[in-house]
Amino acid sequence: MLTYLIRRILYVIPICLGVTVLVFGLVHLAPGDPLSAVVPPDAPEEMVQELRVAYGFDKPLPIQYATWLGRVLTGDLGVSVARGREVTSELALAVPNTLILAVGGTLLGFTLGAFFGGVAGYFQGRWIDKLATGIAITGVSVPHYWLGLVLVIIFSVEMNVLPAIGMGPNGSSNWVWDTEHMKHLVLPIITLSVIPMGIITRTVRATVAEILNQEFVQALHAKGLLNHQVLMHVVTNAAPTTLAVMGIQLGYLLGGSILVETVFQWPGTGSLLNSAIFERDIPLLQGTILVLAMFFVFLNLLVDLVQSAIDPRMVR
Amino acid sequence: MSTSPLDPRQQATVDVVQVAVQSRGYWATVLGRILYDKVTMICGLILLLIILSTVFADWITFTDPYKANMLKRLKPIGTPGYPLGGDEMGRDMLTRLLYGGRLSLFMGIAPVVLALGIGGLLGLTAGFLGGRINMLIMRIMDVFYAFPSVLLAVAISGALGAGIFNAIVSLTLVFIPPITRVTESVTTQIRNLDYIEAARASGAGTFAIIRVHVLSNVLGPVFIYATSLISVCIILASGLSFLGLGTEPPEPEWGLMLNTLRQSIYVNPEVATLPGLMIFITSLTFNLLSDGLRSAMDIRL
Repeated sequence: MLTYLIRRILYVIPICLGVTVLVFGLVHLAPGDPLSAVVPPDAPEEMVQELRVAYGFDKPLPIQYATWLGRVLTGDLGVSVARGREVTSELALAVPNTLILAVGGTLLGFTLGAFFGGVAGYFQGRWIDKLATGIAITGVSVPHYWLGLVLVIIFSVEMNVLPAIGMGPNGSSNWVWDTEHMKHLVLPIITLSVIPMGIITRTVRATVAEILNQEFVQALHAKGLLNHQVLMHVVTNAAPTTLAVMGIQLGYLLGGSILVETVFQWPGTGSLLNSAIFERDIPLLQGTILVLAMFFVFLNLLVDLVQSAIDPRMVR
Repeated sequence: MSTSPLDPRQQATVDVVQVAVQSRGYWATVLGRILYDKVTMICGLILLLIILSTVFADWITFTDPYKANMLKRLKPIGTPGYPLGGDEMGRDMLTRLLYGGRLSLFMGIAPVVLALGIGGLLGLTAGFLGGRINMLIMRIMDVFYAFPSVLLAVAISGALGAGIFNAIVSLTLVFIPPITRVTESVTTQIRNLDYIEAARASGAGTFAIIRVHVLSNVLGPVFIYATSLISVCIILASGLSFLGLGTEPPEPEWGLMLNTLRQSIYVNPEVATLPGLMIFITSLTFNLLSDGLRSAMDIRL
């Protein structure tokens, strides 16, 4: 058990290093001079040369990577070219906003998915199972950016009951727990919840069906347990898999919120990525991708650790 | 007369029945199952209709998908000559939807096919050779797994810039790791089965074993897994165009059309939802078709 834990935790180190290599390499995937974003095309050659030295672009790639990694390790992600502010302080504003969306979407998706999946698995093969399976497959097939647009059309354009864009009144980008901000949260969270809803429904259905087909369930019934007592056993057995899937889904929503954030103009990491891409703001782009990927790596680690704590079969 | 299962006469009849079933052949059985599966058949037909009407869009439609007409801007559905209305430039929506399907379908299928080739090869190599090479390939894949798929797609095509080619490159890179993983795990399972050992003992060479014994057993599950990715890929590809990263205007493509029509939801909301509806229907039918194929081929992943 302990060796498994230590090995699992240590394995994060090479993964993180790989992630930094990939994120750093992304910049050099970009065609053309990395300076082209900062320097106007008619700038004098000496100035370009000077800037190249100042940014360190004149050195060989491995050295550039090492210096960049050194700064990242001390928590310095550089300065955003387009906004002129520290990347870390931009992220400090954006990450909580995305977290609210992702956590809300996951919780809603989990609640609905666990319910639909549980019912479908319990009533295997009946019409209610088919209905829940249909809802699940719709959830994973719907382009969520389009669903968001449809929700905006229904609830903002036609019915005019919920705000269409933004996080709060007057373009607020700081989260406050009041009714105005909560109203802005409704549509994006529903939009984000459909994919986890579909995936968790499928997982829970399969898990519950598999557990119910095992012999120990018959034994529990034979022992004289009531239906809801047997159900408790099913829930405890289905929990590890379901929680693991939920954790991964939270990571997907965190990293993949860009589409939904674009639809709702939500001031989170997705909007940050969007503007970094189109303003060719390389430090901001690198910093945001790096932080989101790190979130995902540590979320995966957490899922594995929690899962191995509640389900010893996981440790091999 | 005993009727125990060990009774040789009864055993003989059982064998005969089994042989009779087997003689139908695997693919005939699969086809029979699909023909009986109403949902899969309907999805297949819808998909066929979508594919054919986009491929033969030249012959079905009479208007130019690029020709703007300011007088017909954002006409509602049902306008004479514009059965599905006009878009923000007054172009015929029906024509653009049909032409747009070409790119959307191509960008949804091509990356999966490319990733199936590359990832399949990597997974087969890693699974069959094992050892250090397996370690190397799978650890590199783990790094790609550290990125949620949307983030990876957006990051790569964001770095490469807009364009169809760049979008296909980035989506291919997104799908290589999962396909490699599935291929590797299936190959590893099969490699350790006794009949591979038997084939080796009887003198079969490595390539013969891979071709005859491994590949024939790996292809089915990996193919089914890849078909389930097409639906994701269509959504992602259109999503990239929706962000302004995939297709560039004035090219018709469902994701890009959704993006450009987004501004007009207050004028003509029904028309603005049409491209997304097409993405939804296509992705749903691909998903259901993949599920149907999987159960018909009796594959558990």
